[in-house]
Amino acid sequence: MSELSAGGVVIDDTFAEAFDMRATALLITADSAKWAMQAAETMIGFATSVIACGCEAGIDRPLSAADTPDGRSGVRVLLFAVSTAELQKQVQNRVSQCVLTSVGSACYSGLEVGDDKLSLGAAIRYFGDGWQIAKKIGDRRYWRVPVMDGEFVCESTTWLTKRAVGGGNLIIMGATPKKTLAAAEAAVEAMRGVQDVIMPFPGGIVRSGSKVGSKYRSAVASTNHLYCPTLKGAVESAIGPEIGSVLEIVIDGLTSEAVAAAMRAGLRAIADLGPARGALRVGAGNYGGRLGKHHYRLRELAP
Amino acid sequence: MSRFTFKLRAPPPQRVDLSPLIPERLTGKNVREIAALPINTTRVALAVGDLFQLLDGDRDEIVFEGGAERLDRIGAGMGAGSIRVSGEVGVEAGRLMEGGKLDIDGNAGPFAGSGMHGGKLTIGRNVGERLGGPLAGETEGMTGGVIHVLGDAGPRAGDRMRRGFVLIEGASGECAGSRMIAGTIAIGGNAGSLPGYLMNRGTILIAGGVERMGSTFLDCGAFELVAARLLATYVAGVSARLGDAFHGSLRRYAGDLAALGKGEILMRSA
Repeated sequence: MSELSAGGVVIDDTFAEAFDMRATALLITADSAKWAMQAAETMIGFATSVIACGCEAGIDRPLSAADTPDGRSGVRVLLFAVSTAELQKQVQNRVSQCVLTSVGSACYSGLEVGDDKLSLGAAIRYFGDGWQIAKKIGDRRYWRVPVMDGEFVCESTTWLTKRAVGGGNLIIMGATPKKTLAAAEAAVEAMRGVQDVIMPFPGGIVRSGSKVGSKYRSAVASTNHLYCPTLKGAVESAIGPEIGSVLEIVIDGLTSEAVAAAMRAGLRAIADLGPARGALRVGAGNYGGRLGKHHYRLRELAP
Repeated sequence: MSRFTFKLRAPPPQRVDLSPLIPERLTGKNVREIAALPINTTRVALAVGDLFQLLDGDRDEIVFEGGAERLDRIGAGMGAGSIRVSGEVGVEAGRLMEGGKLDIDGNAGPFAGSGMHGGKLTIGRNVGERLGGPLAGETEGMTGGVIHVLGDAGPRAGDRMRRGFVLIEGASGECAGSRMIAGTIAIGGNAGSLPGYLMNRGTILIAGGVERMGSTFLDCGAFELVAARLLATYVAGVSARLGDAFHGSLRRYAGDLAALGKGEILMRSA
């Protein structure tokens, strides 16, 4: 490893390796910010990893009334999957079970352009049992589905981008769990200021970073033992004796530029916090550069 | 480049068909060729140059200076560019329009915007019957675009409309939105009798009340609809006053139950 550091935090001379993904953005609105967020949070539940959840989803940002099609409070949600078919399935299931069902909600496409279209209201309208009504306004088509609190309004389609990137990451290493968490939280907070990205794990942070494969044939992924502090000394390890805790932040973005911007913001926040209160070292996860075409070199992103 | 101008010399001696005088049909023609275009609708020959003085200019921006009730089919079939008429026009102004802008300062006759597919038609004063509607034998009227009438509209505005917006600042005649297939009509004044007569789908917003509501429209109650918010935003881009009319609590009447019954009339709730 090199001697690169920022704010006293050692930056590994390595890179995060990320992959092409399919993604869409949805705008969810409601009569209040509270209920818009409620619908959004319900929709992004159980969407931390494509390994078992089908998609990765998260909240991009809350929206003011001036920024939504219907002039109500809203939330922009991003969903990422490995294929168009899986993304379509996830959008349809999650909107129909989590947004349609949420009080006063409406749902719109959150992308103005894209590479293809996914069915949104066009798939969910059948819940209206024949009483659904289409309404074309300008070049956008909406479905109005009668529900028990009024109408669920849902745009007919949403755009899909094939330029999305999943798997940008930072591995944050600190002396204690408390300091490592402080650094990770600061990084996530800074990344949330970057548009078009999500950090899909709980609170944006994952403590169970994984490697591909396992000694058990039934498991496709297993604990990243190289970064487990309780194993250091007992197995081959990527951390020294000074490291007592490791956390990872995984970043998905609608564009590669957005992922890089988020990683840059996270690194700056970690450096600003410094080693006394936060992380001693930051690294990134990769597969030797063989699997993912997007490589984010920490040397180029560090402040 | 200045606008291409047709200056009316005198009131037309017969009804004239001005549909050849649209941007795409004038492009590539010189002034002499345009002046020779026939516009008569009787056996008495009449060319453009007989009726108008021509001032050369950009074919994409056409101006008619002076209007008359006998100037028919002005802007019919236009797909791009703009036409402005200072004065009144006859029948079928903007019929089958596909794009562009047609602005008429004065009154317009029946069937303005008939079967329109796109673009924007603005009528500065009043318009005759069957605004946007189909001619006899046609199965659907307007299928897209926006018609904005600053005055009143005659009977059956939006007849057999399938898509698009008809925005009437003033009152409408009887049976506004008759036989509507879909689309949106907003009426700032009184809507006369039997709005939405035999409509299947679509939305008619009435801000100024009705003379007589059809008995086959049923009161569903008053709501603040999200869909009305979307309509308000779009309509406000054309008319702030009509956009405002979509805000707040609206009483929804479902109908026409004598037809498919999936349409609605929205009225300000008391």
